[in-house]
Amino acid sequence: MIQIEKMNKVFHLKSGDVTALDNVTLNIGDGMIYGVIGYSGAGKSTLVRCLNLLETPDSGTLSVGDSGVITLKDGKAYDAQGRKMTEKKLGAMRRGIGMIFQHFNLLDRSTVFENIAYPLRYTGMKKADIEARVFELLDLVDLRDKADVYPSQLSGGQKQRVAIARALANKPQVLLSDEATSALDPDATEAILNLLRDLNRKLGLTIVLITHEMAVIKSICQRVAVMENGRVVEEGDVYDIFAHPRAAITRKFVSSASALSKVDKLMEEGSTLVRPTANQKLVRLTFHKDCVGEHVISTVSRDFGVDINIVLANVEVIEDNPLGGMIALLGGEEKQVAAALNYLNENHVYTEVIADGSI
Amino acid sequence: MEAFEQLIEQIAPNLYAYRDRFFTSFAATFEMFAKAGIIAFVVGLFFGVLLVITRKGGVRQNLVVYQIVNIVINVFRSIPFIILLIFLIPLTRAVVGSAIGVKGAILPLVFGTVPFYTRQVEVALTGVNEGKVEAARSMGSGTLGLIFRVYLHEAVPELIRVTTVTAISLIGLTTMAGAVGAGGIGSFAINYGQNQNHQDIVNVCVVVLLIVVFILQSLGNALARRTTNRGLFRKVHQ
Repeated sequence: MIQIEKMNKVFHLKSGDVTALDNVTLNIGDGMIYGVIGYSGAGKSTLVRCLNLLETPDSGTLSVGDSGVITLKDGKAYDAQGRKMTEKKLGAMRRGIGMIFQHFNLLDRSTVFENIAYPLRYTGMKKADIEARVFELLDLVDLRDKADVYPSQLSGGQKQRVAIARALANKPQVLLSDEATSALDPDATEAILNLLRDLNRKLGLTIVLITHEMAVIKSICQRVAVMENGRVVEEGDVYDIFAHPRAAITRKFVSSASALSKVDKLMEEGSTLVRPTANQKLVRLTFHKDCVGEHVISTVSRDFGVDINIVLANVEVIEDNPLGGMIALLGGEEKQVAAALNYLNENHVYTEVIADGSI
Repeated sequence: MEAFEQLIEQIAPNLYAYRDRFFTSFAATFEMFAKAGIIAFVVGLFFGVLLVITRKGGVRQNLVVYQIVNIVINVFRSIPFIILLIFLIPLTRAVVGSAIGVKGAILPLVFGTVPFYTRQVEVALTGVNEGKVEAARSMGSGTLGLIFRVYLHEAVPELIRVTTVTAISLIGLTTMAGAVGAGGIGSFAINYGQNQNHQDIVNVCVVVLLIVVFILQSLGNALARRTTNRGLFRKVHQ
């Protein structure tokens, strides 16, 4: 649905040049919920703005839906035939891509109805058709009774639903979401994410979702790209990224979304819970969808004569697949513990020794 | 009505004696206010919009146009109106054929009002959240759509407020137009009140102007409130 290749964007600021996009290449499949995560300033907002050309990249190519390959050169966009894209053409392209924002960006002086009708007006559409379409959209986001209310009377979650309805008015194939849940409370966040998931399934909508929260990625995305300093440092299926984060920044994000991250704090505080004694090792175990956690643990304990003291444990469900994590103290003879870890590795349990009591 | 006339005759005998003069002066002030006001409204709005869309990061960034308008406005804002009035005499004569009377006062009044109003409009439009503009762009709106459907639409209450302020200051400027023989309340107060030592005439002029300003301000406030639409519930559908 979306292909970008070798996209670059540099902002020339008074304080110096900022590289927002550094040779970014991504391929986002049809009907996918694709997450882009990064800290603020990583370039993810620029990336999403370049997808509907609100921002023109300095170079690279872009193709969204049936747009054809758009070539970007010197801050100008050229269509597949090599013609420079006019404001009008860009407008037509943008109408095929919906976008929602962190702060909703509704028109305060227009009712909910008028906000949703905004993209339909002045398009040659008949008044009656506009009205029918707006109510169809209001039903889609479950806000029919709020048609004549002004945005100031809505909650954050409701405002975002209006924004979603507005973004979908022209039946786009793609929806761009720029931190759409970052200003919402946890309940509203969940409701909006559920709505996005529903829309993705019902309409086959491709969603590109920008966020700085790994929990959002975990709950609805299928694939994720991790950005840092304008570069995509890691990209893949969400499950794989959670199971095997490679880049340092990805590890940080993954641990931020994990209940096991508590161990870092406990260690920092010098808690006795996580301090191994002379014959103990503190290890982190990660269980994948293709290994059965409990069985392996009891085997290790029985066959290797190793004492296992579980400090923290957690099972995440990502895209219907379990991902287990455990922080445990393994105690016993040095040789036995080493053999136990080896056995675990052989059984596809990823092990990492965090602290060793014998050192 | 008769009782009222008697009352006026009693408390302001001189004004009563010159009441016809007073009415023509009032009419002249109103004419200058209305004509210059309408022109300044349109021109100021135009330049205010132009500044906002051509500024750095604007939807049609053009720093050359921006700087030219910006400098011209600053120059004209720095000239005291009474000086501007006589400075513009040659231009007024060339444009409207006469530099005196109400006819000759309109152009300087426009020049005196537009820079101030343009700045006010610029500030009002700058208050429109850029996020709304970006959202409208993402929905395919072009420059005209952004100007009319986002900037001007969202800034209506603020535009009403700044228009009220400008209208009140325009009334102040019209009182100086007497310097080019345009008549009006201002020259009436000086020629018939101050110069002939008729304090009652000056007093009545002050009261009348106060009432006009008060009405304008109340009207502006009410309109601005009504158009804000916060806390209003409007049931239109079903």
